[in-house]
Amino acid sequence: MADQLSAVFGALADPTRRAILARLTNGDLTVAELAAPFAVSQPAISRHLKVLEGAGLISRTRRATARLSHLQAAPLKDATEWLARYQDFWDARHRRLDALLAALQAEQKERNP
Amino acid sequence: MMATTQITAEPRLPFVDIKREFDAPRDLVFRAHTEPKLLVQWLGPDKYEMVVERYDVRDGGAWRYVHRGPDGSEWGFHGVFHGVPSPDRMVQTFEFEGAPGHVSLDALTLEEHDGRTVVHIHSVFQSVEARDAMIQGGMADGMNQGYERLDALLARLVPVA
Repeated sequence: MADQLSAVFGALADPTRRAILARLTNGDLTVAELAAPFAVSQPAISRHLKVLEGAGLISRTRRATARLSHLQAAPLKDATEWLARYQDFWDARHRRLDALLAALQAEQKERNP
Repeated sequence: MMATTQITAEPRLPFVDIKREFDAPRDLVFRAHTEPKLLVQWLGPDKYEMVVERYDVRDGGAWRYVHRGPDGSEWGFHGVFHGVPSPDRMVQTFEFEGAPGHVSLDALTLEEHDGRTVVHIHSVFQSVEARDAMIQGGMADGMNQGYERLDALLARLVPVA
């Protein structure tokens, strides 16, 4: 699990790969279609696709001579849930600290108006 | 500036960075982090009673506290302060007693701007795996779910050593 998350976060660290994922939310695309809006070569796009595939973020199928990339959403969901519980824990702790600091300041004001 | 807690955990780096702004001057935020009677009012999870056994805020001073759940379960944590703790910098080791030997090193800094204070905690773990295990199951989950979760956590932590 931790290894896959590292792969997911590593894959998401690159802006071109994030843009590729965003475009795949509208449907499957070939390497040529994916490369079109970017100022990079098709082999460079293929390398990015390999990283995304390794992280489980896309799957690839053949259509005639072209390879189609397909978005796999589950690892993205795992990646966001991973930190979400830890985030909730700290948010709750810090809301309690907010309340304490407000109470302490109100107390100080009462003593030294 | 920051409405919620900002948490950063980069892949392949054994760190966690936590940032949060509070609407209070720095000295008050420092007191909330160093006086046991204040600490127990916010640090422990909801519905848990926090008992501070020791909190010796000085260079080499030890600390230990326990979070006690409504079902009587107890979660102990301990560590040592390194360097003279001050609002500029508070450095301490942190160890969950359910995973002995998995120690993190936490540095807390407080920065005040216009009466508001930004708290920044930089935690260094012994490995990325230990960091990930803590985020996945350590405090947030284990403390809320009881001993079954602790067992699962320990099973995950053992190969890390």
